[in-house]
Amino acid sequence: MSPGPTTATPSPHSLSNLRELEAESIHIMREVAAEFECPGLLFSGGKDSIVMLRLAEKAFWPAKVPFPVVHVDTGHNFDEVIAYRDKRVAELGVRLIVGSVQADIDAGRAIEETGPRASRNRLQTVTLLRTIEEQRFDAAFGGARRDEDKARAKERVFSFRDEFGQWDPKNQRPELWALFNGKIRRGEHIRVFPISNWTELDIWQYVDEEKIELPSIYFAHRRRVFLRDNMWLADTPFVTPQANEPIIEKLVRFRTVGDASCTGAVESAADTVEKVIAEVAATRITERGATRADDKISEAGMEDRKKEGYF
Amino acid sequence: MAMALHNREILRLATAGSVDDGKSTLIGRLLYDTKSIFEDQLEAVERTSIQMGSQYVNLALLTDGLRAEREQGITIDVAYRYFATPRRKFIIADTPGHIQYTRNMVTGASTADLALILIDARNGVVEQSRRHAFISSLLRIPHLVVCVNKMDLVGYEEEAYELVCAEFTEFARKLDVGDVTFIPISALHGDNVVDRSASMAWYQGTSLLHHLEHVHIASDRNLIDARFPVQYVIRPYNDEHHDYRGLAGTVAGGIFKPGDEVMVLPSGLTSRVAAIETFDGSLDEACAPMSVTIRLADDLDVSRGDMLCRPNNQPMVGQDIEAMVCWMGDRTRLTAGAKLTIKHTTRTARALVKELRYRLDINSLHRQEGVESLGLNDIGRVSLRTTQPLFFDEYRRNRATGSFILIDESSMATVGAGMIIGPE
Repeated sequence: MSPGPTTATPSPHSLSNLRELEAESIHIMREVAAEFECPGLLFSGGKDSIVMLRLAEKAFWPAKVPFPVVHVDTGHNFDEVIAYRDKRVAELGVRLIVGSVQADIDAGRAIEETGPRASRNRLQTVTLLRTIEEQRFDAAFGGARRDEDKARAKERVFSFRDEFGQWDPKNQRPELWALFNGKIRRGEHIRVFPISNWTELDIWQYVDEEKIELPSIYFAHRRRVFLRDNMWLADTPFVTPQANEPIIEKLVRFRTVGDASCTGAVESAADTVEKVIAEVAATRITERGATRADDKISEAGMEDRKKEGYF
Repeated sequence: MAMALHNREILRLATAGSVDDGKSTLIGRLLYDTKSIFEDQLEAVERTSIQMGSQYVNLALLTDGLRAEREQGITIDVAYRYFATPRRKFIIADTPGHIQYTRNMVTGASTADLALILIDARNGVVEQSRRHAFISSLLRIPHLVVCVNKMDLVGYEEEAYELVCAEFTEFARKLDVGDVTFIPISALHGDNVVDRSASMAWYQGTSLLHHLEHVHIASDRNLIDARFPVQYVIRPYNDEHHDYRGLAGTVAGGIFKPGDEVMVLPSGLTSRVAAIETFDGSLDEACAPMSVTIRLADDLDVSRGDMLCRPNNQPMVGQDIEAMVCWMGDRTRLTAGAKLTIKHTTRTARALVKELRYRLDINSLHRQEGVESLGLNDIGRVSLRTTQPLFFDEYRRNRATGSFILIDESSMATVGAGMIIGPE
């Protein structure tokens, strides 16, 4: 009971941060596989869902991952990401379920936004909820991290969704120790976030340590881009640059991968994992702030979308 | 530098506090000085501060993420925050300090290695500081750091600090706390937060961040009582691994090694550990909190909810349990005769509340006997009868095998958190 320094002696029984995070994530995934009848893993092709899929592979080895991979496809994809998805699914021998936003637009269930800033980001919620309902998923793994956003910082690992897929931030179940409550009624489901406690830097260091392959767009490459809202958007068939938005070629990479119409690139020369880690460690802007047009809408942008059922 | 960051340990810390005690300022400073706040976050906070008519940048807005919290200017839930230094990764469970949020404090404390308690140097130990210290001791947080804050407002005087230390030490005698460290700080000016203060030459200890980076946590884990709750049975059903049967789970205590003789509960059958496996290869040993797959030498009937232990070191086995419970249900109360679902390690059963022995006044620590029920945020001692035997240790000996949650059978909400004292 006195002030003063305490010395840390390395113990043979202490785990590194990445191994402890990995163990926690594996524990969560096994808990879901044991307690739910029909889980699915939401996979966007982004680095977080790629790491999550790797953790699933580890959790059930030498058995196959005991649930399907689900891709909510906006149709606005980077080709590299789709190629990566198909290759990985084939390697693991897991089933792929694609929920198509285009199909929902064609059927009139979702209405395409118009104008130069149209994005299919918000429409994904319609397709996501329809897919969960059709597949009768009682649990859906998501790759969200708590360091991404203030609303996410308060979300549980097992996050309850009512029969409308809604999140009620004021009525969340207390979550203690490693004891997760997965009890639901028919029609309700749980969104499960096994990498809640990982940060962007943890993800990159894990990618490095595990030598996980990522889609090439995460590394510096030359690309035709234009500047909008201080963000470099890729010149793709899915966005129309305005007259005051000249297209130029730049050396860029993506920090997040989402709908091609609203995911911005950052100027970067980091063409290896090591260089990306150095860049992430030194960066002063959150990845969503830097690269997601949709998150800049308001302080509570994420909270509002999550209440509707978003990822 | 990036490479060195790979082998950092994780320290989980819990803070609790209200708007005025400087908790948000302290967290803001830790995050800012370790470069864990990003420019766009700071800009957003500045913007919102101006909108709300605040004259200064309100760092609490960094953690108060929900619309309702910003509207009401209070923290209502547990927020998790992350920062890292080259030595450690830190996970902060930041919770409100008022008595109506006891359940949030208990939640944040349940996984913490260290509790950060702030005391205003001008006011000394107040009700809220006592409550935080008590919850920290009830949840068995191994390390307590008492930050005597606002030292700038008492002229950086040693006597003011000593007075608070003595007062807290006197109170802490009544509690079961292990390691307590006092640090005089000014969160606002950064004294003793990241760097040693030049204004308090009389203080011989380290800064808060230095303490957080160096406090010894590896030995907090129970490495003696081998406990492995079976979580999931892995059966690949393919040609390559035809007869493979792996018991997957997270080590909850002790050390397991290949060759160890183990007993399976509840059957009582014994076998040996044939191998401890992971995707990355076989291991020579496994300890908490590693997630592994154990293969046994004999083909025994083992399923989820069973537990592996040593024949000469077994947990208690029984259906009658004495426990402290924090009630978290806002629509129902805990009463004798109530039936609930209990989740303990990987085992789920039903529990009957046989008796509510007393309610604890968490401010005075007085036991109130003869109470009819526990309401939201109440803490009390109960005796339970479960439909199946549980394999448990005292919570003070093992947080993983000594804890449980209670689930309401109609709303399915988590309504209680329990810490096992022992068999009835």
